[in-house]
Amino acid sequence: MKWWKYLTIGLLLYTAVMGLLGHVPRLAILNETERNLYFHVPMWFGMTILLLVSVVNSIRYLREPSLRLDTLAHESAKTGIMLGVLGLLTGSLWARYTWGTWWTTDVKLNCAAVTMLIYAAYLVLRGAVQDEQQRARLSAIYNIFAFAAAIPLLFIMPRMASASLHPGMGGNPGFSKYDLDSAMRLVFYPAVIGWTLLGVWITELACRFAFLKEKVYEKQEKQLA
Amino acid sequence: MKNKKNNWLSRASALLLPLLLLAGRALAQATTTAADQPEMADALRASGKIYVVVLVIVIILSGLLVYLVRLDRKVSQLEREVEGR
Repeated sequence: MKWWKYLTIGLLLYTAVMGLLGHVPRLAILNETERNLYFHVPMWFGMTILLLVSVVNSIRYLREPSLRLDTLAHESAKTGIMLGVLGLLTGSLWARYTWGTWWTTDVKLNCAAVTMLIYAAYLVLRGAVQDEQQRARLSAIYNIFAFAAAIPLLFIMPRMASASLHPGMGGNPGFSKYDLDSAMRLVFYPAVIGWTLLGVWITELACRFAFLKEKVYEKQEKQLA
Repeated sequence: MKNKKNNWLSRASALLLPLLLLAGRALAQATTTAADQPEMADALRASGKIYVVVLVIVIILSGLLVYLVRLDRKVSQLEREVEGR
């Protein structure tokens, strides 16, 4: 097993322990739910990084088509989408107990939801095409569109909006740097790295499994022929 | 085979020791309370029941991570078999 997987395990256990026991500032409304920062926000970091990996592999596929690159793009998109859905669900739950509602027409919430719908369509598109090469090419092109739509939706639209309940107004759309005190930083940064690495790890395993499956099928075909 | 197990154990303890030390420091920090400030789960911390929650989460997370590690090893083994390495 590679070294970064041990790092993932260490960082996640550290996040779980220090996320609950570490010091957080006393804030009204948020109270102890502030600790969600160590779990909800890293989902979006992980999602963005995995979707970036996915679109890079899609572009590489279009330059030089291979089944391997298609698998890399598909699996990283799937893990990224999973992290995004977890981010939406946890965000909605958190909103219920701090803003008093599961969902509100906030620019950040709606844009994040639209992003997830655009990526859900990526999976639908893949499922709809039977021919392997056609599916790979079509979904690679769609993936570029999806990423090109996701970045403005997640990082530009919120900055143009005049009001939002979500933290981080006028700066980073995810959170304000003033939300973090030095003790929280010591947990938050390891949490972001740990959860992102977990997403990368799951993606790596899924890809290796897909490559293996392909190899076994190839061998079987050779034996039959 | 035995060597492999020892290696695994030493790695696990190397991971767990710093965590325990950190938990000890957090215990020392958690004793401050304030009446006028926003309400926090001070009673949960004072009674020590927060450690039950921490342990439950650590156990579940460890279980899931062990599962992932075992899956990783199985895939590695299968790769060696299929690729004849």
